[in-house]
Amino acid sequence: MSVNYGAKRIVVGAHYGLRDWLGQRVTATLMALFTVLILGRFIFSTGPFGYEQWAGIFSSQWMKALTFTVIVALLYHVWIGMRDIWMDYIKPVWLRLSLHVFTLVWLLSCAGWSIQVLWRL
Amino acid sequence: MSELAPGAAKKRPEFRNINAFKDLPGYRWPLASLVSGMHRISGAILFFLMPFIVWMFDSSISSEISFAKFKAAFNIGMLGVPGVIWKLIALALIWAYLQHFIAGLRHLWMDTHHDATSKEFGRSSAAFTLAASIGLTLLLGARLFGLY
Repeated sequence: MSVNYGAKRIVVGAHYGLRDWLGQRVTATLMALFTVLILGRFIFSTGPFGYEQWAGIFSSQWMKALTFTVIVALLYHVWIGMRDIWMDYIKPVWLRLSLHVFTLVWLLSCAGWSIQVLWRL
Repeated sequence: MSELAPGAAKKRPEFRNINAFKDLPGYRWPLASLVSGMHRISGAILFFLMPFIVWMFDSSISSEISFAKFKAAFNIGMLGVPGVIWKLIALALIWAYLQHFIAGLRHLWMDTHHDATSKEFGRSSAAFTLAASIGLTLLLGARLFGLY
């Protein structure tokens, strides 16, 4: 195994791993349940499904709060996934670190935008 | 990992830096590995198209006017690109999401059921994942392109 402890620690590794493994599963379950919720609202809606019905799903305070939580869960889930991809294919630390920063900026911008959309309703 | 027990087999070659273009095409790809590769690729697609996904959420939900613009992007076009292309991008996202979701459920099932970690289940569940995700993609795609 590669030596990356002590003086040879690198800033872009997976460290211990169990937290991220569990975090991906927990966030995945949360998001799956949320998907089922949204699908259920769509499938069991009566009448035509236009703008009113769609925006209506996200208009209540509890739905906004839940959606916000799911967005945060998505952030963590995607971060782990993308970090794993960079870790598998990008060997130079400077390049990997840059891609990590890019990934975080990308994710946080998308999250910020979505949250802004949610609370504009 | 650093010592060899006496009588152990000779050390296997280590592959430290897998090159996606040189090494991956040379491997065998049994069904389970195909699903695993698709899981990763679909995740990456969802990541890189995330701003588009957020745009769809924003325009579809903010107001009646933005909703009309949302529909127009797919029916007519947007930014000089015809609607059909946007529908194809949406179809790619639909496939990516379905694939990632169903393969993810498969992972969760394997994590929580010990007898699901057999080679046979790996193969059969991988086949189901591919069939379900591609099948649902075709169904939703037909709906998207107005075939029914």
